[in-house]
Amino acid sequence: MQAFTTHTGIVALLDRVNVDTDQIIPKQFLKTIKRTGLREGLFFDWRRKPDGSPDPEFFLNQPRYQAATILLTRDNFGCGSSREHAPWALLDQGFRCVIAPSFADIFYNNCFQNGILPVVLKADEVLRLMKSVTGTVGYQLTVDLGDQTVTAPDGVTYRFEVDPFRKDCLYRGLDSIGLTLQHEAAISAYEQRRKRETPWLYGDLRRRTGETTR
Amino acid sequence: MGASTLFDKIWESHVVRTEPDGTTLLYIDRQLVHEVTSPQAFEALKMAGRRPRRPAAALAVPDHNVPTTDRKLPIVDPISAKQIETLEENCREFGISLFGMNDVRQGIVHVIGPEQGFTLPGATIVCGDSHTSTHGAFGALAFGIGTSEVEHVLATQCLLQKRPKTMEIRVDGVISDRCSAKDIILAIIGTIGAAGGTGHVIEYTGSAVRALSMEGRMTVCNMSIEAGARAGMVAPDEKTIAYLKGRPLAPTGTLFEQAVLAWQQLKTDSNARYDATVTLRAEEIAPQVSWGTSPGMVAGVDQKVPDPQTMPDEKTRSATERALEYMGLTANMLITDIRIDRVFIGSCTNARIEDLRVAAAFAKGRRVATTVRAMVVPGSGLVKQQAEAEGLDHLLREAGFEWREAGCSMCLAMNADVLKPGERCASTSNRNFEGRQGAGGRTHLVSPAMAVAAAIEGHFVDIRHWG
Repeated sequence: MQAFTTHTGIVALLDRVNVDTDQIIPKQFLKTIKRTGLREGLFFDWRRKPDGSPDPEFFLNQPRYQAATILLTRDNFGCGSSREHAPWALLDQGFRCVIAPSFADIFYNNCFQNGILPVVLKADEVLRLMKSVTGTVGYQLTVDLGDQTVTAPDGVTYRFEVDPFRKDCLYRGLDSIGLTLQHEAAISAYEQRRKRETPWLYGDLRRRTGETTR
Repeated sequence: MGASTLFDKIWESHVVRTEPDGTTLLYIDRQLVHEVTSPQAFEALKMAGRRPRRPAAALAVPDHNVPTTDRKLPIVDPISAKQIETLEENCREFGISLFGMNDVRQGIVHVIGPEQGFTLPGATIVCGDSHTSTHGAFGALAFGIGTSEVEHVLATQCLLQKRPKTMEIRVDGVISDRCSAKDIILAIIGTIGAAGGTGHVIEYTGSAVRALSMEGRMTVCNMSIEAGARAGMVAPDEKTIAYLKGRPLAPTGTLFEQAVLAWQQLKTDSNARYDATVTLRAEEIAPQVSWGTSPGMVAGVDQKVPDPQTMPDEKTRSATERALEYMGLTANMLITDIRIDRVFIGSCTNARIEDLRVAAAFAKGRRVATTVRAMVVPGSGLVKQQAEAEGLDHLLREAGFEWREAGCSMCLAMNADVLKPGERCASTSNRNFEGRQGAGGRTHLVSPAMAVAAAIEGHFVDIRHWG
C-alpha cells in the first residue's frame, strides 16, 4: 500500500449527500476479478446523460477537475454496499484523499486499506471549502496526515481527527496482515483457550458440507 | 467489569489483544465468502505466499452473479462465468467448503448461513458484504467488511477493529395486523436516518422484536446497514435455540446442550448502559413504502409523498428535490397513487420461507395486473424446495408471478434480472439507490405482503384494509 504523508492537490467538488457505493461504482464493474482498471466505472451512471453521452455538468467531466486528487463532498459518503471497488475506482482516477462531514463506516475502513485518507471536517468547514472550490479554478489544498491538518491557500488550517493506529499504518504504508501475523502467538493462545470454552465453534465444518446436487 | 450489553459480552470474548489507542485485534469465528468480493482477496493471498489460517471456519457460495433461470444451461455472460469459476478454483485450492451453482443448498449467503446452522449465537461472523448484519438476529456479532479485510481474516482469522458504540432500538407494543418486520425496520430507518446508526452496533429490543420469528428478526437486522450501523443484533432466546436445533452445521448432542447453556447467558444485563437509545411504538407503524433514493426516504402507505418546500434546511430540500425528480414523483401525491411496472420478491431481506408463505397467501386466487411483471426469487435452493413442497410456487405461478432459481437477482441486478430505465418496481429488497436495480430504474422498498398487493392492483395499497 502506498503511504500517505502529506499531499497537495486540486480539489474536486461533489455536492451531494448520501453518495452510495452503487453510485461510486455500479454493479456491472463488480464482475472483475482484478482491483485495477476501475476508473472507467467511477460514477458511471452520473457521468452520462440518459442517451449515453457525457453529461458536461457532472464534475468528473469538467476540465477544471481532470487533475483533481482530493474529493470534497457531503455527509455519509460511501454508504451502502461494502464493495472495495469504490476506493479502488477512486484511486484509479487519481484521488488520494476524500474530505466530508461524515463517512459510512465500511467505506471509511476500506480507504485506509488502499492508501486513501478520508478526512472528516465539520459541516461548516466543508461548506466554506466548497465555496472556495466553486470560486477558484484549480483550487488546491494541502493535507498533512502527520499534523492532522488541511491547509487552504489563504493559510487557514483545519484540524481533523484520526485513530493513532490507523494513522501510523497509513503514514508508513504498512501491510496490516503482516502486523497481525506478528501476533501469531497471541492468536494461537486465544484459539487454545476458546476451544475449551466454546468447542462448538471449532469443529471442522468441512466434514459436514459434502456435496448435494439439486 | 460492571454491567454489560450483549454486544460488550461478545466483543470482550473475542479480544486477542488491544493497541494503546484501543484498536483491537478481534478474533473472527466464521467467514462467509461469495464470488464478487473474494477474488482479489485470494489473489493477494497467493501473491504474498500466504494460506488461510482456518479454512474449516469458512463457507463459500456464489449468489450475486448467478442466473435465476435454468441452472443446467451455461452462464451467458462470460465475465460472470469467469468470476464464479474463480470462486470454485479458489475454494478447491485453499480447502474451503463451497455450495456450488448446482448444489441444492446454494442460495444468498445470508440466507444459507442461518439455514445451515453456520450462524451461531455469540460468534463473530464476517463476510465481504454489508448485509452480513443479518446474522445478528441470532445474537452473533456479524458485520460486512471490504475485500482487504476478507484477505486479512483468511490469513489471520482476525481483524483490526475500533470498538463501535452501542445503540438500543426498542420497539414495544403489538404491530398491526398484516404489518411485518420489514415495516418495523423501514420505520426505524425513517426515524433515525440513513446515517443514524453510523459508528454503532444496534441491539433491537422490546416486545415487538421478541414477538418476531427468526425470519422476521433477520429482516430487521439485515437492514441495520441501511441505517448506517455496523451491525444489528437480537439477544438469543428459545426461538433462536429451536431454530438452530438439528440444522446441518449446528452442534449436536451434548455439544449442543453445552452451547445452549452459554447462549442463554447472552443478553444485556438489566443495569447496562447503551451509548444511545431510540424507542418506537409498534402500533404506530403503518405499512411502509420508500419514496426516494435513500432508505431513510420512507413513509407510511397512508401518507403523501413529501414536499421539499416544507423541509427545514437546504441540504434536505435539495436531496428531496433530486430524489423526487429521479423517482418521477410529485410532491404531495398520495403514496397509494403510485403505479408500478415491476415487482420483485426476493433478496437477503425477504426471501426466506416465511416471506414466500406470506406472498403466496396474498396471491392466492388473485391475478397480477396486466400492466405488471412480477417475479419471485427464493433465497436458497432449500427455500425453493420447501416452498414447492408446500405448493407455494403453484399459488404464485397461478397468480402470474414468475418463479425463479435462488440468488441475489434483482436486488442489485448484477445478473440478467434488471429494471429498464424509467421502470418502477415494488421490491422486497433493501436498497432504493439510484440505478440499484438497473440504470434509470426506480425502486420502492416494501414488505412481501405490500409487494404482492401492489402487483395485483398495479399501484400501492394499504394492506391493512385490502382484499
